[in-house]
Amino acid sequence: MCGIVGIYLKSSKLEKSLGKMLSGMLVNMESRGPDSAGFAIYKNEKNKDYKYSLCLSGVNFETFKKQISKEIKVASLVKNSDHVILKTKEKPSKINEVLSIKFKNVSLVGYGKSIEIFKQVGNPSDVVKKFNLNEFSGTHGIGHTRMATESAITTDGSHPYSTGEDECIVHNGSLSNHNNLRRKLVKNGSVFKSENDTEVAAGYISDSLKNKNLKDTLKSGLNDLDGFYTFITGTRKGFAVLRDEIACKPAVIAETKDYVAIASEFQAMAHLPNVNQAKIFEPEPGVVYSWGN
Amino acid sequence: MILDLKKLELRKVNDTLQNLERKKNDRSFTVLNPEGSHAVCAGLTDDLDVTIKGHVGYYCAGMNQNAHVTVEGNVGTGVGENMMSGTVHVKGNASQSAGATAHGGLLIVDGDTSSRCGISMKGIDIIVKGSVGHMSAFMAQSGNLVVCGNAGEALGDSLYETDIYVRGKVRSLGADCVEKKMDNKHTKKLDKLLKKANIKNFKARDFKRYGSSRKLYNFNIDNVSNY
Repeated sequence: MCGIVGIYLKSSKLEKSLGKMLSGMLVNMESRGPDSAGFAIYKNEKNKDYKYSLCLSGVNFETFKKQISKEIKVASLVKNSDHVILKTKEKPSKINEVLSIKFKNVSLVGYGKSIEIFKQVGNPSDVVKKFNLNEFSGTHGIGHTRMATESAITTDGSHPYSTGEDECIVHNGSLSNHNNLRRKLVKNGSVFKSENDTEVAAGYISDSLKNKNLKDTLKSGLNDLDGFYTFITGTRKGFAVLRDEIACKPAVIAETKDYVAIASEFQAMAHLPNVNQAKIFEPEPGVVYSWGN
Repeated sequence: MILDLKKLELRKVNDTLQNLERKKNDRSFTVLNPEGSHAVCAGLTDDLDVTIKGHVGYYCAGMNQNAHVTVEGNVGTGVGENMMSGTVHVKGNASQSAGATAHGGLLIVDGDTSSRCGISMKGIDIIVKGSVGHMSAFMAQSGNLVVCGNAGEALGDSLYETDIYVRGKVRSLGADCVEKKMDNKHTKKLDKLLKKANIKNFKARDFKRYGSSRKLYNFNIDNVSNY
């Protein structure tokens, strides 16, 4: 099943309440995905440094802080439950190298100039409380509640998946050709951490974005990704939505002058401001919808 | 009587509507604040009027018998699924599988419905004032589907004996679904259906009729390589 949600703000006046809006959406989608939850928040920061979202997975924060400072020049390190946001000028290749040699248990959840990702196993209402999502501000965000089907209930098996700078994806559905596609992408240099089908879709998108824009990437995905899906993909400037052509997996969009919200079910958005005056519609199958990109 | 879903649990609201005290004369109800809840007004069996103010979730008024349910908003998947009689009137849009497998009664949607509207319908009349999505009336067995707007891909795929009337464009017809002649009998029937939904701006002659060519009814040895 799984529940997916996303919100994109058209004006800055709601930026401070983005976390609260997204948090309510995730909690309302708990019935579709009680196993794990996660969210990506894009912040309007003028950042020259990279931000790395890391899951400590049992590693002590103070120990990590001490050791990582020996390896790289850390601009800041902020703890949020079992995740940390590491700001540094170091490039992703360097960070990946340091993590794989020195911190095998610490996993890189996502990175970029704007994105922060938090995801963990457990009930969505516990997960959003744990990371204090209500207090987040930002320009747009996407989230996921997971009912695990094809791979284990782990942090690595949770969404959103991010395989490129400021990119992320959440998925409701299942892909049937992910093993073949994974092999092809690995040959091209992609690295995958889990057996999860959505991670392959994230890798596919990152790979394709090297040569195409997001809209064209998703259009080519209609031919290359086989299975059932509603995707929400986030980039620094906005997000896009795509449903497969059979469209078994639900999606509903509510658009007002202040925001665009998307969710698996309307009840996820029932608490949003002025939603009853919003233009509410279902995205058509096989059509790419995007905002801000 | 007002039933407010902000104050009452959904089960309590449905229980009240399902187990009406017949000695009371109050047969008119308003449901407030549905906020996308599922199965609102499912399983009603009495002749009563319910108005739901707001958007609702899945299976609204499913299995309905005798009741008249009006939704002042949009509905999710499977509105009026498997309904037997009565009326369900959606003033907004409906999601997929509207009126699925329904045996009787009338479903009116003022807006559009998405895919698979009237899938496997078994006798219901469905009148959509807007357009319907792909694979509508898939394996539909009996009843009527009237579409004032357009129809998506594969309309009436593997159709049995449902009559489909479409005023606008049909993107494509499904297997075994063909356009049929609109004779007097069907014009009269469609006029009656349009009247039921209070549609005055269109006449039966504006519509085209589609039905089954009945070629898939029996096993055909010539097609064996296709199976």
